[in-house]
Amino acid sequence: MSSSARSALLAAAGLAIVTATATGCAQKSDGSPAGALQVTASDSACEVSKTDFPAGKVTIQVENKGSKVTELYVLFPDDRIVAERENIGPGTKASITAEIKAGEYEFACKPGMKGDGIRTKVKATGNGGEKRSPELDAAVAAYRSYVLAQAEESLPAVKTFTDAVRAGDVEAAKQAFASSRRGWERTEPVAESFGDIDPKTDVREDGLEPGQNWTGWHRLEKSLWADNKIGDEEKALASQLDTDIAEWHKRVGTAEITPTSMANGAKELLDEVSRNKVTGEEDRYSHTDLADFKANVEGAEKVYELLKPVTVKNDAELAKNLDAQFIAINTLLDKYRADKTGYDFTVYDKVTEEQRKELSDGVNALAEPLSKLAAAVAK
Amino acid sequence: MSEADPESVQSGSAATADASGGGTSRRALLAWGGAGLALGAAAAGGTAAILRQNSEPAAPGTMGMAVPFHGEHQAGIATPVQDRLHFAAFDVKTKDRAELIKLLKEWTAAARLMTAGLPVGEGGFGGLPEAPPDDTGEALGLKASRLTLTIGFGPGLFAGDRFGLNGRRPVALVDLEQFPGDNLDASRSGGDLCVQACADDPQVAVHAIRQLARIGFGKVAVRWSQLGFGKTSSTTPDEQTPRNMMGFKDGTRNISGTDKAALDKHVWVGAGDGSDWLTGGSYLVARRIRMHIETWDRTPLQEQEDIFGRDKGEGAPVGKSKEREEPFLKAMKPEAHVRLAHPDTNDGATILRRGYSFTDGTDGLGRLDAGLFFLAYQRDVRKGFIPIQRNLAKNDSLNEYIQHVGSAVFAVPPGVRDKDDWWGRTLFT
Repeated sequence: MSSSARSALLAAAGLAIVTATATGCAQKSDGSPAGALQVTASDSACEVSKTDFPAGKVTIQVENKGSKVTELYVLFPDDRIVAERENIGPGTKASITAEIKAGEYEFACKPGMKGDGIRTKVKATGNGGEKRSPELDAAVAAYRSYVLAQAEESLPAVKTFTDAVRAGDVEAAKQAFASSRRGWERTEPVAESFGDIDPKTDVREDGLEPGQNWTGWHRLEKSLWADNKIGDEEKALASQLDTDIAEWHKRVGTAEITPTSMANGAKELLDEVSRNKVTGEEDRYSHTDLADFKANVEGAEKVYELLKPVTVKNDAELAKNLDAQFIAINTLLDKYRADKTGYDFTVYDKVTEEQRKELSDGVNALAEPLSKLAAAVAK
Repeated sequence: MSEADPESVQSGSAATADASGGGTSRRALLAWGGAGLALGAAAAGGTAAILRQNSEPAAPGTMGMAVPFHGEHQAGIATPVQDRLHFAAFDVKTKDRAELIKLLKEWTAAARLMTAGLPVGEGGFGGLPEAPPDDTGEALGLKASRLTLTIGFGPGLFAGDRFGLNGRRPVALVDLEQFPGDNLDASRSGGDLCVQACADDPQVAVHAIRQLARIGFGKVAVRWSQLGFGKTSSTTPDEQTPRNMMGFKDGTRNISGTDKAALDKHVWVGAGDGSDWLTGGSYLVARRIRMHIETWDRTPLQEQEDIFGRDKGEGAPVGKSKEREEPFLKAMKPEAHVRLAHPDTNDGATILRRGYSFTDGTDGLGRLDAGLFFLAYQRDVRKGFIPIQRNLAKNDSLNEYIQHVGSAVFAVPPGVRDKDDWWGRTLFT
């Protein structure tokens, strides 16, 4: 699921990024295609052959003349990644091809693959690519902040949970379980885009591949609810979860985010609900599915809120429909929590078949128009 | 919505399909029981398109044809029965009358396209790569396959003045009583709306319901649906009556789709029947009838034949040699199915059956989950299905081998007259 989520994000990104492999890209000496940008990287410099180039499909050839492994990033002014190429060894060459729209960017070489890199401002001009929208750039920047904030808030929430596990306190761990997942669930499509983290933190038993160790939230969930006990193994798994979440927090800022990937990510959040939460599959031992459900809806609503100004402009009727459907789904979810500001939801095994049908209908009612959001912002 | 005009598309292919017929087709058309339908379409400006209506049963070569969507009556009732069914019942979720009307108009537009063999909206591909296509695409390249879409309104639509329809509930749209032996599952019963999709290609029928459900998300929700195959009764008497899952011909005496007098008398709601908005419409009773296949298969041949009142090979009624010979009811056992279902046993009560067999895999106990999805159209449920079912539920020896597990009743509005008309206009305006 993780890898497909990643490819979906890339496909939705609207930036056809073609990153050649280390071996396949080796160019003949000076056999560079006409018009390609040359970047010469060293341990202390990042020289760009042209800082002003035509927008459109751009090929960048990087040569690492330094002694350290380096990488090259093409960045939006807000540090979003347009394209990247990692692991360029000393003395080797690599190339990147990317669709770059008119606007200002920065190239960053990172000798030793550390820090902010050595930056050079560049500009893509002309009609080769459509002009970027400052409004959408702002939405993406705001969403990037949101995703970072969610990961930051997750660190202490996860620690409360893992501390309780390490202390052997089953009840306290159960109490802290659902809220430790909230930040992750709100930004799940982004979180899942790190294909190596998701299988360690959020995999369910039936999702394990042969030979894969079961770690993460759902493994601990099973110990707490099904076995009702905490042993040394669980305590070690709790610390592992801390480590994995810290890694997620460290890397989440580098996720590729575009307006259309945001929009389709919001739809994917509802798809998550529709596939795993409405059925009660996700939290099959704790039955805290509705807390995840709410977090997924909140994450989708955040995306919509950020893209709404553009949506209203491009498709007013869709915006009206989405406004109504978000209200409807939140009203429906409110029926299952006593306190409208809290996250204490009815356990899902107490939700009747008829009520599950109502929730499922509500998800369909929201997800169908939400699937049209990407088209509306891409207009 | 696409601007493509399905009428013109129909006309285009009609010219080919009827090239040899010419005036013959038109005469055949007028003789057809749905003559009113055809005349309605003609009055509405349909020309070549109406020639598509064929009085013959689906002959080889007609399978891919389009059945006209416009007419006095909805297609899918007297239309020669297609091979496949996807039937869906919906709950209306919106509380807004205007939104419901808007949906019905959107559904009508989609139905108009799909019954002409065209995709809905902007089609199944070629749009924005970032967006899901309007049409799901599984019927692309398939012919119209005589797809008919028939809508019905359930009692719930009129309840508590939900949509300002207080007082518009037809008197004959009664809630069905609990019949002896019923074991109804609420999740397979009822519904505020229904759509019957019939086609010669199952994929075309499934596609149609899927599109309508998708267009409806947020306004309506699918409550239950049923797939059917192997039509179990015929509205074309010169065709052999198909067999049901028990291996018997049942429904031989069905109303013919060409018998205008019988249709007017027993199927179409007349002008003086009580609810003007429903004139030209009908009432539909849908029942999911599970068959206890395994015990039936262990029943001796003689007993099987006695239970039905027909022989298994030819389908002839007891004492007769041919299927279509007039049955002599008194020759049959008093509890024989054919005898108890016959109009003569029920004070003339007559219905138009359009049922399909179903097999939904097995039931978890390894028993075939199969039976008859019974669909009956009639002018008045109180004079059609109810007295017949009362009689059958009480006496029919077949009851040992069947159980009614789903039930629904709908008022079926008259046909959509032309391109400006829509499903439910007579009810909502």
